[in-house]
Order: sequence, then structure tokens, then C-alpha cells
Amino acid sequence: MPLKLKINNQISTVDVPPDTPLLWVLRDVLDLKGSKYGCGIGVCGACTVLVNGMPTRSCMTEVGSVAGEAITTIEGLSPDGMHPVQVAWEQADVPQCGYCQSGQIMAAAALLSHTPHPTDAQIDTAMSGNLCRCGTYPRIRQAIHQAAMAGAPAITAPKK
Amino acid sequence: MRLNRRTFLQISALTGGGLALGLYDLSLASAQGPARPKLSPRAFIRIASDGNVTLMARCPEIGQGVKTMLPMMIAEELDADWSKVRVEQADLDESRYGGQSDGGSTSTQNNYLPMRRIGAACRQMLIAVAAKRWGVAEPDCTTQSGCVLHLTSGQSLGYGELAADAADCEPPSMESVKLKDPKDFRILGKPQANVDNHAIVTGKPLFGIDCKVPGMLHAIIHKSPVYGGKVKSANLDQIKKMAGVRFAMIIAPAKTEGSSDANIEPGVMIAAAGMEPGVAIVADTWWQAQTARKSLKVDWDLGPGVAQSSAKFDQNAAALMKGPPVTTMRSYGDVEAEFASAATVVEATYAYPFLAHGTLEPMDTTAAYKSGKLEMWTTSQSPGGGRSQVARALGMQASDILVHMCRIGGGFGRRLTNDYMVEAAWLAKQINGTVKLLWSREDDIAHDDYRPGGCHSLKAGLDAQGKLVAWRQHFATFGDGQRLASAAGMDATEFPSGRVSNYALYSSTQPLLLRTGALRAPGHNAYAWVIKGFVDEVATAAGRDPLEFQLELLKATPVPLPDAPDGRRGGNDTLNAERMKGVLELVAEKSGWANRKNTPGHGFGLACHYCHAGYFAEVAEVTVDVSNKIKVERIWAAGDVGSQLMNPSGAEAQVQGSIIEGMSQMQQEITLVDGRVQQSNYHQHPLLRMRQTPAIEIFWRKTEFGPTGLGEPALPPVLPAIANAVFAATGKRIRTLPLARSGFSFA
Repeated sequence: MPLKLKINNQISTVDVPPDTPLLWVLRDVLDLKGSKYGCGIGVCGACTVLVNGMPTRSCMTEVGSVAGEAITTIEGLSPDGMHPVQVAWEQADVPQCGYCQSGQIMAAAALLSHTPHPTDAQIDTAMSGNLCRCGTYPRIRQAIHQAAMAGAPAITAPKK
Repeated sequence: MRLNRRTFLQISALTGGGLALGLYDLSLASAQGPARPKLSPRAFIRIASDGNVTLMARCPEIGQGVKTMLPMMIAEELDADWSKVRVEQADLDESRYGGQSDGGSTSTQNNYLPMRRIGAACRQMLIAVAAKRWGVAEPDCTTQSGCVLHLTSGQSLGYGELAADAADCEPPSMESVKLKDPKDFRILGKPQANVDNHAIVTGKPLFGIDCKVPGMLHAIIHKSPVYGGKVKSANLDQIKKMAGVRFAMIIAPAKTEGSSDANIEPGVMIAAAGMEPGVAIVADTWWQAQTARKSLKVDWDLGPGVAQSSAKFDQNAAALMKGPPVTTMRSYGDVEAEFASAATVVEATYAYPFLAHGTLEPMDTTAAYKSGKLEMWTTSQSPGGGRSQVARALGMQASDILVHMCRIGGGFGRRLTNDYMVEAAWLAKQINGTVKLLWSREDDIAHDDYRPGGCHSLKAGLDAQGKLVAWRQHFATFGDGQRLASAAGMDATEFPSGRVSNYALYSSTQPLLLRTGALRAPGHNAYAWVIKGFVDEVATAAGRDPLEFQLELLKATPVPLPDAPDGRRGGNDTLNAERMKGVLELVAEKSGWANRKNTPGHGFGLACHYCHAGYFAEVAEVTVDVSNKIKVERIWAAGDVGSQLMNPSGAEAQVQGSIIEGMSQMQQEITLVDGRVQQSNYHQHPLLRMRQTPAIEIFWRKTEFGPTGLGEPALPPVLPAIANAVFAATGKRIRTLPLARSGFSFA
């Protein structure tokens, strides 16, 4: 049965079983490769996308459960890669291998949208579910503070 | 990379008036094709007529920063405008680019001169063209950010305006080009951001897992839960009927000499060498293959590996420790006599577990097989070795295999063994098509080349003045007597070997039916903790400061290793005591070591280590609560990797990453029960989290030695620094890892 998805403000229709994880629909059906597979059980955060502005593990989210919801992926975070979090990530030279970073960035963007000036403790709470095997945490923290100073916008997806 | 007298620069024109400058190695080229290969436009340097400079990154990028750093070396001597340089990832072509493998923290020292020479040669040619055009002497010209300048007249020409004429010049010999004095560097030694940052933060498809080729199918391989097991039967007929499934096949063990095909049933495919047996499922999408796997019912012949367990490994190691050692790795003086007369004798046993690599991007490769040729998109750290394995396994010529290198979601040594490359190539050939193989996380944790576990029994003797006079170490590892499992060895010159007047290092082995391999700072990531933890114990027993105790050991004149009976040369270890002393003193100064105050629940620990040509000393400050939860508050790290940091931003990142990985390793283990790996995913093989990450302060000690790499050497000392700090805070020694087995955890 075809499902209507609202991804990055565009409507796509996909014909997949509704229990298919959103991650694999994004990656292999819609060719949005920015969200990454790391664990498949929701413990690493590499697949993090926003659903109605909330950070969500797309590897554990059945696509049927988010039909019609506002889904934002790394590809849709900004039109030009100039979201303050993305800019701060480049300025702080955060990525090492880079594989986990789209999930980190989505989690950070969600944090800043409701907590514009987070403390270190708030950053810890928001970001400790996103694993980085290379150990970029010190620079992620630094980049979040930089993005906060630059003024990260709220994620403007309405709550259902 | 290798440069010799048969390595030449080669230049050619680009359409549209630019130039391409590359290398060819006559000795390699003649073996693989025409003596002077046609220069590919994918040479090291391309300068277009509009002045745009493209530089080739020759080595695989696994997160260690070589895709940025190696082109920086070229750009520095070329005097390119770094902000406008475009970097491209090279394909595998070792006759053109030299060896393209990452490992052993060697990229810095192997590339520092060759990459700079390529840039300098190109600059020299551009100057020659400009000088001729102006009718002036070459020494009166210089370069700056993509232009040649005439010093007295002030006129200038952009590289793009000179490139077409330079393409007609004879390139200079690599040895003759003049290199800059490092004090004049404008790009090297300045922090430069990762060249792929923008693509990464915008989610562009860079990684192996993102590869997309028209007509591509997706595959999983379901392997035996016990290493060495094989499939007796599987419900393939049912699997083949599932949604999206195109192929399902049993992979029988690779043929060994003397085996025959007599017992092979129709539909069963023989694995290539280097593959594990199992069941392969190939489907339209990866999720379909993975979903079909859930319905897979396999009757396994688990084989002899089923008798293995971590409990038995531990029992065997304990028995080996009690018995006489099998192998004397090194012995001089008379340790037993010294123990008998020593004022104080200290004894301890240290044990550490097997570990998985757990790169965040699981093992993956895409392979397209067509008309007897292969095209591959891989995530190998050693793609040249991988291609040779594929060629051997499939009976192909390496020249019929084209390998593209994708950005890699972490290496850490796992991607030195190219099993997944062989699997993808084998599958592509079986289906005569294109397939992306992706391991699940569970496949990755259960079928790794594990960091081998080990156990060390140590004994030290101190004289009445608290001086170390004897050291005995008996190392229980895995292997068959003299032949050890991969990455399960230890160097006979490892500190304090040669630095103490009586010394003995023994090893004993037990057999292992499991793949092992290099994990970042292989060997060192385990025995630095063993040795530097025990050094701290011995210093404490002597009533001495561990810093002062180690500085004294470093003052000793080294005892050279004799030549071995099998002809291996002996000699001194390569540890430079002055450099080690230098980083110890630097970290002591920066951390305020002399004035530290250890109080119950709060302590400082110190450790140093030398490996991969780098020297690091680290101090940890920890607090430990009543339930033995450790909070690492701060790490001070002092490093000496020679005269020049290439990219200070990348260098700092490697040290931060090494420290955080070392902490992760302290809480991880892979265990076996009935041959089965008990951990399946990150929740059971945990990585450090942001909230557990300490403040990290990094200090560099610049010395006159040639620059060396930073992928590994900062990792080993952090484990003993933390363990020693926990002792300072609690009086309890961490002699068994992971932390949980010593009653501790990270808060």
C-alpha cells in the first residue's frame, strides 16, 4: 500500500511494507544517504532525523507510523548547508571519519531549537545518546556553544 | 610512499590549456604494463587554465585526516592558494601513486618529503616558464598563493596562465628540487579543516555504504555463530520466495588442498579463500535481504570452535602462569637471584579481554562483475592488499580489478583485513552482476578480527634504596608455541626491557580458533596498561614518586639485545630516553604533578608510552564515588612527534580521539560461551559517551626529529594513567579489564 511521506517539505509516495524502518526508506528508496546505519537498535544515533522537530531514531521507526508527519533529514536541515549548527561544525572542524555526524548535527539542531543557550549539562543530556567512535565529543560540545552564540533557529515543524 | 631512482615525474597537457603532473615508477610500471604509462589526468596535481588547482589524495581516508593532510604537503611547496584547492580521492593505482595503505601511523613520515617534492617540482616549472616569458632570471622570481612574482618589477602571472607552457617542460628530477625551510610554511603547521567537512555536514553520499551503482542488488551473509562452523542445510527454497529476494545460496568452506567437490550438493557454492562459510541472501534492497534473514533456518555443523569459552581461556591462562614458561623472549642477568636478595618484591597479575573494533560504518563493499572484470567501491584501509586477495581468491588478474576508494566510517585496523572485499567480489561473480554487501552491526561484532586478550604475571625486585633491580614478566597469549595469533605478540625490547639490570620476558600460548588482528595501537593498547600500571605499583612499593622513579629508569644505559639464533639482528631498542623524559617533564609541569593532592575519592595518575615513533605522557585526574563510579575529570597529554605538526587541527583531533577510544576500551570486552560471541551490539560493547568525556589538554614538545604520525601513539598511556589515578583515589588497583571485572565503571 503506497504511503505518503513528508520529507524536507516535499511529499513522496513510497510503496513499501509499513513496518520497514524509516532509515532504509530514506536511504535505499528515496536515495537520501545522509542518515546512517550504525546499530539498527536505536543505541548509536547515527540515523537520527527529526519528526515534527523531535530527534528520532529512524532505524527503529516504522515508516507507516510517520506517514504524513513532518520529517527532516540532514539533507533538509538547511537549503545551503548554512544552518548555524552546520556552520559551527565546519568552523570547529568537528568530523574525523564523519560517519556519525549527520545524526549528531540533527540532535544538536533539535537541542538548540528548544534550548537556544544550553549549558554543558544540557548538552550532555541531549547528546549522550549519539555515539562517536572517533571521539569528536570535545569539538561537538564546542560547536554547539558556537552555534548557540550564532543563534540557531527553531525547527519550525508544527506539533500534530 | 616509496621513491627511488626509478621514480620519475611525468607531465602532460590538459585540454583547455592546463597541466597535469604525476609520478611513475619504472620498476612497478614495467611489471604491470608499458614502461612509461600514459599519464592519467588523475595525476597528483592538475592546474587548469583558470588557475584552479586540483590535488589528488592518494591514501584511504578513515578519519585520520590524510585526505586533508597529504594534499596540504603538496600545496605547501606548490605555494597554491589552499582556500581554492580542490582535493580528489585517488583510485587504487599503486604504480602511479605509490603504496596506498593506511596503518601503523606511518602516513606522515612516509609522505612528508615525497609529497612536498611533487609540489616543489611543479612550482619550479611554473617559475621557469614565467621567468622565460618575462626574460628575467629564475632566482629573481618567487611564488605566492597561486602566482609567480618577479621581485624587482612586481609583475605577476597566475599559475593558470603558465600551466599550458609548463606542460611542455621537462620535469626536474625528484631529488634535485629545493624544498622550503619549514619556518616559511604557510599551509603546513597551520590548522586546516577537513576537506570533506561541507559534504559531511550536508549529508552528501561520501561513504562506502552510500555507494549507488545502476542495477545494484543488496546482500547480507549470515555466518556461523561459532567461528569455523559450516552449513549442513538451510531453508533456501522458502527464503528465495520472500519479497525482493533474488538469490539465496549456501557458502561452503573454501577448498583446501586435497579436498574434492564430491560431496557438494547442487546449489551450494564454494567459498573463496578468506571467506567464512554461511548463507548469502541477495535482494533488491538491503532491508529485504535482512528481513529474509529473520526467516532463515540453518542447521549448522558448528565444528570444534564450540568447545571454546572465555572461562576456559582464563583457566588455561592461569595454568600457564603457574607452569614453566614455554618461550624465553628475552633474559639477561639473573632475576631469580635478585628476587632472593631483594629488599622488596612486588608481584601482580594483569588480564585484559578480547575487543571488537566496532567501526561505526559496518564492513561493506560494492562490486560489479562484468565480462570477467571487476569494478569495486570499497572501504579498505589496504585496498592494494584487498585487490590481491580478491585476485587470488577468484583466480583473476589484479589488472582486471578496478578499485575506487570511498570515504570510510572508521578503520582502527579492522579494515586492514579485507574479508568483506573478497565476499563482495565473490558474490558479484556468483550472480554475474553488481552487489553491495553490507554487514549488520551484529555480523560485525560477532565476526571481527578481535584484539586478542592476554594475561601477564609480573614480579619486580627493589633494593634497599628502592631502586628497581629485577623485572620478570610472563605473558600468556594465544597461538601455537612460537607462532602467535595475529596481533597477539609483544616486543622483547618493550620498556623496561634493557633498562633494568636483571630482566626476563617469557611467553606461553594456548590455542585459539578465532580471527584476531590489529586494533589501533595494536599490542600497545594492552601492555602499556599492564606495564605502566605495574611500574606505578613498584614505585609505590618503593615509596617513590612514579615520575621520579620512571625518570631514573630512563637514565639507565640500555642493555642491547643480542642477535637471535635465527639471524635476527639485536641491538638497542628504538626508544629515545631523552624524548620520553621530555614529555614526562612537560606533562608533569602542565598538570601541576608536583603539587597534586590525592584525597580519598580524588586522585591523579601518570603514565607514558612510546609506540609508532611517537612519545606521549599523560596525567589523569579522577574522582571515584562510593559505588566505585569513576569520573575522569581531566587528561593532560604531552606529545613529541618530532619537528613539525602537519595539521594542528587534525593532530589535536587524533589525540582527543585516541584518549576517548582508550577510555572506551577500558569498558569493553568480547567473551565466548560455547564458542559463541556473547556481545551483539554497542549496548554490550559500549563506546564512551559525551557526558563521560573528560576535559582534555594537549601540549606539544617540538624536537629536531623527523615528523611522525598521530593515529596511535596517544592512545596507550591513557589506560594506565586512569588506572593509576583510581589507585591514588581509592587504594585499589585495576588489574583486570574491563573495569567492571575490577568492580569499577565510568560514571
